[in-house]
Amino acid sequence: MELIVDIQKYLPSFTLEVAFRATQPEALGLLGSSGSGKSMTLRCIAGIETPDQGTIVLNNRVLYDSQKGINLPSRDRRVGYLFQHYALFPHLTVAENIAYGLRGQSQAAIARQVTEQLQRVQLAEFGNRYPPQLSGGQQQRVALARALAPEPEILLLDEPFSALDAHLRSELEKQLLKTLASYHGLTLFVSHNLEEAYRVCPQLLVLAEGQVMAAGPKQRIFDHPERLAVAQLTGCKNLSRLEQQGDYTLRALDWDCTLDTLEPLQLTHTHVGIRAHRFTFPTQPSQPNTQPAWLVWTSESPHRISLYLKLGSPPADLDDYHLQAEVFKDVWHRLKDRPQPWWVHLDPAQLLLLRP
Amino acid sequence: MIAQPLMLSLKVILVASVLILGLGLGLGIFLARKQFRGQILVSTLLNLPLVLPPSVVGYFLLMALGRGSPLKEWLGIDLLFTWQAGAIASAVVALPLMVESTRAAIAAVNPELEAAARTLGSPESEVIWRITLPLAYRGILAGFALSVARGLGEFGATLMVAGSIPGRTQTLPLAIYDAVQMQNYGLANQMVLLMTTMAFALLWWVRLLERQKDTTQRQPRKGQKSQRPSGWYWRISAVAASRRIAEIAPRPVREEGL
Repeated sequence: MELIVDIQKYLPSFTLEVAFRATQPEALGLLGSSGSGKSMTLRCIAGIETPDQGTIVLNNRVLYDSQKGINLPSRDRRVGYLFQHYALFPHLTVAENIAYGLRGQSQAAIARQVTEQLQRVQLAEFGNRYPPQLSGGQQQRVALARALAPEPEILLLDEPFSALDAHLRSELEKQLLKTLASYHGLTLFVSHNLEEAYRVCPQLLVLAEGQVMAAGPKQRIFDHPERLAVAQLTGCKNLSRLEQQGDYTLRALDWDCTLDTLEPLQLTHTHVGIRAHRFTFPTQPSQPNTQPAWLVWTSESPHRISLYLKLGSPPADLDDYHLQAEVFKDVWHRLKDRPQPWWVHLDPAQLLLLRP
Repeated sequence: MIAQPLMLSLKVILVASVLILGLGLGLGIFLARKQFRGQILVSTLLNLPLVLPPSVVGYFLLMALGRGSPLKEWLGIDLLFTWQAGAIASAVVALPLMVESTRAAIAAVNPELEAAARTLGSPESEVIWRITLPLAYRGILAGFALSVARGLGEFGATLMVAGSIPGRTQTLPLAIYDAVQMQNYGLANQMVLLMTTMAFALLWWVRLLERQKDTTQRQPRKGQKSQRPSGWYWRISAVAASRRIAEIAPRPVREEGL
């Protein structure tokens, strides 16, 4: 199983330039903000859009090759596509939708496969309904069953949860993972939601403005984003421009403080970042990178609390803060009665050194 | 006598309908699907019968069917002053309505659905037959009804190529003119009532189709209010400039006439 993509496509606002290989049966996640080119990449693989240059090879079949002038039509590519808004045929029943891609077989064989697919997505009783009569979650499952029915060599999932209400997502995510486990082909999963992508995909490809910013195992990408765009996309809330001061010392310009690093600084590093849950609050400034901090304001979520902190001097107003820290409620209860300023520790091992 | 022109009208419109349906559907699908050089030229030419005086359309038809035309000189077929010529005149005049409404209805089908059909292995002809046409059919049918209404009322071009021979080419609109000339108002009244009723019924049907169209077309996205496309046939009867608007915004906000 292998998909090789190396394409360029000129778009009005940027040039899409992606190259990657997918070989594992587990889903490969394409993570990027909206308009980063991730859906366009899927559409090029499916043959809905045509790249301007490059090659797409699926299991040794050339789907697209600009130099050899090959551009297989969608119908011959053997790809399954789950559209963002499902694209179910409203004038066909659920069963007819699923049967649509099954061809060259007897009626009885098709009927049997449709039943199988319906059971697989737990919609056995819904075969005679029409798509507009189903809920969003049910529609999504029908679309998945329809895409999988012809046994495609690759399954392309284009933001499959984005049109759903939050409470449905986790349930459908579980179902999707279960369905994918029984599917023997490649899967690409496009998402702008980093947590969703993290849960579904062991391998990630991060896109920004049509360029591949990072690719690899998800944990490595979260731990070592290396690039500013990747840090932002993976949810790093604290980022500052930096000025190099020594091999292991930098000045964080936006946080107004000097910090030691564990990694050696390089000329290409322009930003430093630290994730919101990585801060600790010692009582004494005994470790390096411990700064005095004033609490500017707080915002509460069910289990955590976000603390907005100003380093070095008391804040002038509510917008005057440097860092955003996230702590569990129990930590907050221990912290909140301490006199200001607190000590905040930016562990050198947790600092992310970033290039653009 | 009202039966004779009525039967003639029906015979003419039946043959014209076949032409309208075949040519209009084919051209509409072609124009909606294919991008080619000179597309604007072709659709402008196709729309000309809407705005040209009937005498001009009739004159072109005379040239196409009469002496010196390939049809007559090479094949020896002389249609002038037959009811068949009337059918051709009706079809030509009504064709733009059919072509434009077919094109608009097809363009309003969500392209994602067609893309989905292709990824599921459909060749292009199957996409049109199983997805596009079933989803666009109400719009197409509405255009067809409108074309039939227009063809039924055809007068000027018919007069020029088929004449107004009672019992042979004199359709209802021509017979009304004749009756008024003869000051036979009793007969004229009957025929006017009949024509008006038929036209009213057809337009009523068009409206009904328009209303139901939304249920099968493009599913509105979440949070987006479903808008009923309306007044589209007033728009298509206008000239090319307003047609650009129709292309930019295939789902116009409610507009009642121009």
